[in-house]
Amino acid sequence: MIKVVFPDHLMPNTEGVRETEVDCDSYRSLVRELERRWPGIEAVLAKTAVAIDGQIYQDAWLETIGPSSEVFFMHRIEGG
Amino acid sequence: MSKLHVTTSVNGQPEEVLCEPHQSLLDVLRDELGLTGTKEGCSTGDCGACSVTLDGRLVCSCLVLAAEAEGKEVGTIEGVANPDGLHVLQQKFLEHAALQCGICTPGFIVAAKVLLERDPNPDETTIRYWLAGNLCRCTGYDKIIRAVQDAATELAHEA
Amino acid sequence: MAEAHDLKVIGTRPVRPDGVEKVTGRANFGADLHLPGMIHGKVLRSPYAHARIKSVDVSGALAMEGVLAAVCRSDFPEETDDLGRNVIARDKVLYHGHAVAAVAATTPLLAEQALDAIKVDYDVLEPVLSIDQAIADGATLVNEEMHTNGDASQPASNVAAITKFERGDAEKGFAEADVVVEGEYRVPMAHQGYIEPHACTATINEEGKITVWCSTQGHFDVRTQTAAILGTSISKVKVIASEIGGGFGGKLSVYLEPLAVKLSELSNRPVRMVMNREEVFRATGPTSATWCKAKVGAKKDGTITAATAWLAYEAGAFPGAPVGPGCMSVLAPYDLENFSIEGLDVLVNKPKVAAYRAPGAPQAMHAMECAIDDLARELGMDPIDLRLKNAADEGTQAPYGPKFPAIGLKACLEAAKAHPNYTSPVPEGCGRGVACGFWFNIGMQSSAEVLIREDGTVIINEGSPDIGGSRASMCLMAAETLGIPYERINAHVADTESTGYCNMTGGSRTTFATGMAVVQACEDIIAQCKERAAMTWDIDADQVDWDDGQAVPKPGVNADVDPLSLADIARAWGRTGGPILGRASVNAQGAGAGFSVNWTDLAVDRETGKVDVKAYTAIQDAGRAIHPAYVEGQMQGGAAQGLGWALNEEYIYDDNGVMENAGFLDYRVPVASDLPMIDTQIVEVPNPTHPYGVRGVGETPITAPLAATSNAVCDALGFRVSELPMSPPRLLEAIDSQEG
Repeated sequence: MIKVVFPDHLMPNTEGVRETEVDCDSYRSLVRELERRWPGIEAVLAKTAVAIDGQIYQDAWLETIGPSSEVFFMHRIEGG
Repeated sequence: MSKLHVTTSVNGQPEEVLCEPHQSLLDVLRDELGLTGTKEGCSTGDCGACSVTLDGRLVCSCLVLAAEAEGKEVGTIEGVANPDGLHVLQQKFLEHAALQCGICTPGFIVAAKVLLERDPNPDETTIRYWLAGNLCRCTGYDKIIRAVQDAATELAHEA
Repeated sequence: MAEAHDLKVIGTRPVRPDGVEKVTGRANFGADLHLPGMIHGKVLRSPYAHARIKSVDVSGALAMEGVLAAVCRSDFPEETDDLGRNVIARDKVLYHGHAVAAVAATTPLLAEQALDAIKVDYDVLEPVLSIDQAIADGATLVNEEMHTNGDASQPASNVAAITKFERGDAEKGFAEADVVVEGEYRVPMAHQGYIEPHACTATINEEGKITVWCSTQGHFDVRTQTAAILGTSISKVKVIASEIGGGFGGKLSVYLEPLAVKLSELSNRPVRMVMNREEVFRATGPTSATWCKAKVGAKKDGTITAATAWLAYEAGAFPGAPVGPGCMSVLAPYDLENFSIEGLDVLVNKPKVAAYRAPGAPQAMHAMECAIDDLARELGMDPIDLRLKNAADEGTQAPYGPKFPAIGLKACLEAAKAHPNYTSPVPEGCGRGVACGFWFNIGMQSSAEVLIREDGTVIINEGSPDIGGSRASMCLMAAETLGIPYERINAHVADTESTGYCNMTGGSRTTFATGMAVVQACEDIIAQCKERAAMTWDIDADQVDWDDGQAVPKPGVNADVDPLSLADIARAWGRTGGPILGRASVNAQGAGAGFSVNWTDLAVDRETGKVDVKAYTAIQDAGRAIHPAYVEGQMQGGAAQGLGWALNEEYIYDDNGVMENAGFLDYRVPVASDLPMIDTQIVEVPNPTHPYGVRGVGETPITAPLAATSNAVCDALGFRVSELPMSPPRLLEAIDSQEG
């Protein structure tokens, strides 16, 4: 089971849930499960960045997730 | 309004230009003579990107009317390099990484060249105050000052 | 990843490949393109900070001699986004200088004169000009349809969004503290101050194919944005990036390009548009003015027990202030369990803010680094020791969620403590101030093509406009990977039809992500070279090594042959299958965060309020400095911008929302005589996700100087000035009111 944490600005999409656990082994399957729980969240997550075990990804579509990983969704960072 | 006929000399070459009375020397160098090495940063004489020499004097070409170049010798960045290679200042700017985006570089090189012609051994404060009319937003000036110091040393050895 | 001592060219300081063009004035920037038949475009800008547009009539301009085209809002697709509404005003003008119409004429003067003939009927509205005004009860609304966080059940508001980050229990943490300090800080709107104004030249042919030449940090984005605003497809738009005279985040969005294209379409001539300096100040994208509050508590031994921050950012005319990154960076240097951060994105009638080097971080970190400084003073602790006690490290959970991988903050702090500029006493009459800096750095998408010439020399094509010497770094990384001399490689920034897709130059991503693509493209070349050598030697490709720029049989392989260099292989490529080209594209993940420590010694003249900066030192973790001189350059340039912002730079608005100091004389950026040499030290904690350990370095440098300077002034004066800039009038007033 992996730990998934949502930032404040996504909590309206998760019915106020900040932290949850999901059984999955890839980012793609994680997003599928989150969409099943909270329909519509996939489109919102497409515009976020995500940190998996400390590494920040703007696009984690290809990433696998380990059995005890921590996943944090966060604002996309652009830069100047 | 009929144009003015200006006869001048740019980097040692005689030039004749037709220009409007209101056009600045900067406008004419860039748009009539195709010498785009001199840059426009502000048009109010505050940034030095348009630095050229007029009869050997360092000026902001955005503040000089083209008509004022009549009968005078204009020196631009295009005339700084020697026939056989870069001027020492240009070489030192490259070696010291004294440019990042490079937009201010022509103005700095023209200005520094005039300084070193007048004062072959300037101290750091003199260099900084002489170049205070040239803005750089990328480098923080550190490497520019070091390049000018190094160029001064090398020119002194050559002399 | 190679260890530092194994590297042959990375870490050296060769001359950049585009250098000679730049020092001779040959390099072509945005306004340097001259096309036959080219005419000149100018923009009519709103004289009001806030007004409804009742009508726009360009017919008077079109009737004038020499005017070949004129456009206004009706010439652009109505369905658009905030960027489109910023490029040309639709139902309202939202800031003084907002573009309302544009003309193109045979000379710049005629175009300028034609603007006066355009009739615009305005319904003038009251402008909102500060956060205080914007959040007050009964405030005029910049956008009557704006609801905070999109919540339509609440009344319309000038607060577009509220962001929160929380962990633990800050109140409990403060209760456990022995010392609590708090402060309130104001940082002004400031401009990136690039010396080159925005400039572009646009043409369109009879098939609707558009070509744009422009100064930009991201020409693929120019393509996307221009096509969208014009309602055409990206396949019709080709963008050529000129050399760029500074950007710092301010040249990531289009302002002129869609206007120039439309004018070109209507006039059937190439159209050049160049902003003047006033327009750059009034109508491009400065960064947010902010109002921030910070509070931090600690035990006697310096352990931080809690921190809170309230960060309100002016977004300008449209939502999107960098308050999110501000909230995420404000406590990034610290390992703490209890914090609460709230950020506000506030609309005001000022230009839409754009990114400015680590957008959002300088303002927020100024607040917290000043509070930390006061904490150190209260505790009687050295400011670096206090930071070392609480410093984030590998494994620390960052305030924005994930645990940090290997980072260099402690290394920077330790280097600072040992540095002669820190161990030396503060000069007589001066104050010293310290601060930490941080930026996330990003990866994103880059492509690279590496072409070999028949003589074995190398061409790199990539799509990252070069704002600071990145082509030199690309050549260094390629030279290291291929094992050939740096001088045999050249790098070009190619146009959108000549190289693969590439995200903008910004976010400190270029050496990291485009570098990664270049390295992989070189590895592609090496793989092909091994195959060609194998063919030549009649062995298998997996029996070939690439060593120091040459193909050699692997040790133990029975082949009595001479090594084959890249030049040898290229010369014979006709026999072995044809020309050799390499390519790679990446969506680079794993960008490493960059930390820094800065400090400055300065003196304040109590008679005039003038600050004299005597010394400045910046230490930063670069992961691996590919070209150390250009890394140092980023550190020095960012420090200079930060010093300028702390000591002199600000947008001064009158009550009508008109900027009073829209020129380099009165918007006073640092000049050479204002600054000392800026000492730098590069720390290297390699980033394992990059083949050479690179971390981005461009943005972190501006995040510490605001607080370092504030803290030094506080040390010099004996009291804190919390509003920037600490310009002579402001310091004099503060000094007089302290003494009076």
